[in-house]
Amino acid sequence: MEILEILFTASFWAAAIRIATPLILGTLGELICERAGVLNLGIEGIMVAGAFAGWMAVYSGTGLWMGVAVAMGVGMLFGLLHSILTVPFGLSQHVVGLGVTLLATSSTYYAYRLALPEVTSPPKITAFQPYEIPVLSDLPLVGPALFSQTPFTYLAFVLVLAVSLILFRTPLGLAVRAAGENPAAVAAQGLSVTAIRMGAVIVGSGFMAMGGAFLTMSAFDSFFFEMVNGRGWICIALVVFGSWMPGKALLGAVLFAAFDALQIRVQQTEFGADIPYQIFLMMPYILSILALILMSRRAQVPAALMVPFNKGER
Amino acid sequence: MGAGTDVVLRLDAITKRFGGLVANDAISLSLRKGEVIALLGENGAGKTTLMNILFGQYTADSGSVAVMGQTLPPGNSRAALEAGVGMVHQHFTLADNMSVQENITLGVDPLLAPGLNRAAARKRILDLAERFHLAVHPDARVGSLSVGERQRVEILKALYRDMKVLILDEPTAVLTPQETDDLFATLRQAVASGLSIIFISHKLHEVMAIAHRVVVLRHGRLVGEVATEDTDKSALSAMMMGGAEARAPEVSRTEPGRALMELRGVSTPNIGNAPGLKDVTLSLRAGQILGLAGVSGNGQAALAEVVGGQRKPGSGTLVLNDAPPTAWTPRDAVRRGIARIPEDRHKTGTISDFDLTENAILERYKGTPFSSHGWLNWRAARRFADEIIQKYDVRCPGADTRIRLLSGGNMQKLILGRVLEAAPQIILANQPVRGLDIGAVNYVHSQLLAARDRGAAVLLISEDLDEITRLSDVIHVISEGRLSPGFARGQKSPAELGIWMAGQGFADAS
Ligand SMILES: Nc1ncnc2c1ncn2[C@@H]1O[C@H](COP(=O)(O)OP(=O)(O)OP(=O)(O)O)[C@@H](O)[C@H]1O
Ligand SMILES: [Mg+2]
Repeated sequence: MEILEILFTASFWAAAIRIATPLILGTLGELICERAGVLNLGIEGIMVAGAFAGWMAVYSGTGLWMGVAVAMGVGMLFGLLHSILTVPFGLSQHVVGLGVTLLATSSTYYAYRLALPEVTSPPKITAFQPYEIPVLSDLPLVGPALFSQTPFTYLAFVLVLAVSLILFRTPLGLAVRAAGENPAAVAAQGLSVTAIRMGAVIVGSGFMAMGGAFLTMSAFDSFFFEMVNGRGWICIALVVFGSWMPGKALLGAVLFAAFDALQIRVQQTEFGADIPYQIFLMMPYILSILALILMSRRAQVPAALMVPFNKGER
Repeated sequence: MGAGTDVVLRLDAITKRFGGLVANDAISLSLRKGEVIALLGENGAGKTTLMNILFGQYTADSGSVAVMGQTLPPGNSRAALEAGVGMVHQHFTLADNMSVQENITLGVDPLLAPGLNRAAARKRILDLAERFHLAVHPDARVGSLSVGERQRVEILKALYRDMKVLILDEPTAVLTPQETDDLFATLRQAVASGLSIIFISHKLHEVMAIAHRVVVLRHGRLVGEVATEDTDKSALSAMMMGGAEARAPEVSRTEPGRALMELRGVSTPNIGNAPGLKDVTLSLRAGQILGLAGVSGNGQAALAEVVGGQRKPGSGTLVLNDAPPTAWTPRDAVRRGIARIPEDRHKTGTISDFDLTENAILERYKGTPFSSHGWLNWRAARRFADEIIQKYDVRCPGADTRIRLLSGGNMQKLILGRVLEAAPQIILANQPVRGLDIGAVNYVHSQLLAARDRGAAVLLISEDLDEITRLSDVIHVISEGRLSPGFARGQKSPAELGIWMAGQGFADAS
């Protein structure tokens, strides 16, 4: 069948990995926050802000990597705001998160208008270019799919590995996970729950912003408002799908992206031509919901997710 | 006495207020190397508060803490830990979804250290476990451990850090007598190697057995300090209660009435490693206390849930007032006059962030006098809460306090008041005096006896054989979900019951 053929083309998998990259970064960021016990619904807005900030930085003359750093810094600022309100002040994580999303989105809009008052169509930048990793990119199928991506994508994969190692192999990671399981246990061992949770939210938000920046600096070369288009919310589902494990979350992101890439291609086949295209647009979401239902039964939610902690209270 | 003369810890004039309540009033105390001090006091006397200040989890309003002559910065647990003070909290502070080893090593290495040396940590845990007879597997998930095993993990957490001073806040409240003996053996060994201990318990025989010196708190003030060898249990309880003598209530004999509830051949499936019931037959009679003895985790939970309506009998029948109930949910149980004193007052007894008033009407808010036409009557609710607070001597700032701020004992008194004021037909009392002071224990017991005397049926579940044998008119032993035949008051000695509890009589009986 045609669909099977599609699944064996390198360009299909290359597209899937490309589509997956912002999801991987966003999911990783959300996962760090949730592992420490904080739900960060600011993700959607932070991705928008990151997409704009990175692109704007490069447009105003910085290098590409500097642009990534600027995006991350902007994300971390929103993370700081989110964490001050949710951690020491213990405000509702739902309300604060949605508030941060609205704030980040609208302040991006404002900044855009301030920076480019006249333009009708947003300018382009020179985005990251694919880099073929020597030797590996010569492998059949896997080579062109995995090893001919932009450096930004490689960075995302490296970060997944790094976060995994930190979470499960270092004292810091142990403390972050414990803060999400039982903050009282963390406090009883003389650590500051507030510092750990705030740190996790700030770093996690930086990753989310990088996910946004990938869209303007690698996937495309310009900025549009509808660009993020609900990817932040997908990331929140992917964290559950991945059972709060970075590796599984990455697989989830690639799977979702593969459905997305597949539906575009199936639309163009003969078989696809007879079916309304909206059906295809729905497909990745429907399949994700099904996968979520199957996977989330066994998922281990951090026990203290969304439970505020106040020292000196019982 | 194993106590040397060098002071390791000194508390100086510690004062702590919560709003208008003075939880600690200028308390000074010193602890010597190799010494065990027992801290004694009624519920809400301020023991936990004092220990939390010492451990840096609360900040004192005034006063200071010094370890080995060095004053500790206030409100800093890390500094306390680094100075060698460890604390086992009244409620476990363990992450259930993590392994024993992860719980023990959490926060020990500097956070930014590059990696975890798991092999070395594991070896150290195994060494300590062997040396102090604290058998527990480093890879086990804490959530799968029994209460006794969790307690061992808590102790290992402290030993792992090479403590000089160990604070144990009611470590024995949830342990079986056997586990308590094991714990004491471990502690004696640790003390012999130079550790100093502050030990909190409401059980005077434990205090007499383990402590060199006893310090008594009352209403936040230090009211007495004696060497264990110069005192005895009754002197201690008098000191604790401000001169009043603790007197266990008289138990009279009564004639049991008709059966209010019967279980006939009831079985329930096992849940995880908690056994279900196996062909259990018993009857709860009016004017009778039925004592259920047994080591916890042998089916008591399943029985309590069947009686309380949280679980339906898998097979067999439940008979209520001579007929099986048509529906059996907790709501039906409450409506049919069954009142519950649950085992876990935090999880299934109260809602922590509700205030006392809301918690007082939790089981009866639907209906007079607490609501009419779907509207709550807060004035009636408040009056009811105030009445319980007064009658049952619940120590608290007021009925609008969130219940999580109460000391454990006072929380239990509120639950007891809520239960007894409803004048229930059947009372399900599951470990009703766990963590209570002697005065409160006697009070709870006298209230259960009074309820019996007015014709209620009481099901008393307890691990404490003294409590069971003193109060119960008839005793059953439960072991792995099986129920022994009923023994009349005085028919079996505690030693004989102990044999049944170990699961032995059953083979002979069947
Ligand atoms: N964080 C807090 N906020 C308000 N009140 C508190 C707080 N912690 C303790 N209290 C109050 O201080 C008093 C002393 O409580 P504490 O827990 O020290 O008693 P305790 O002696 O340990 O009692 P128990 O034997 O029941 O454990 C109690 O009246 C309690 O309600
Ligand atoms: Mg206490």
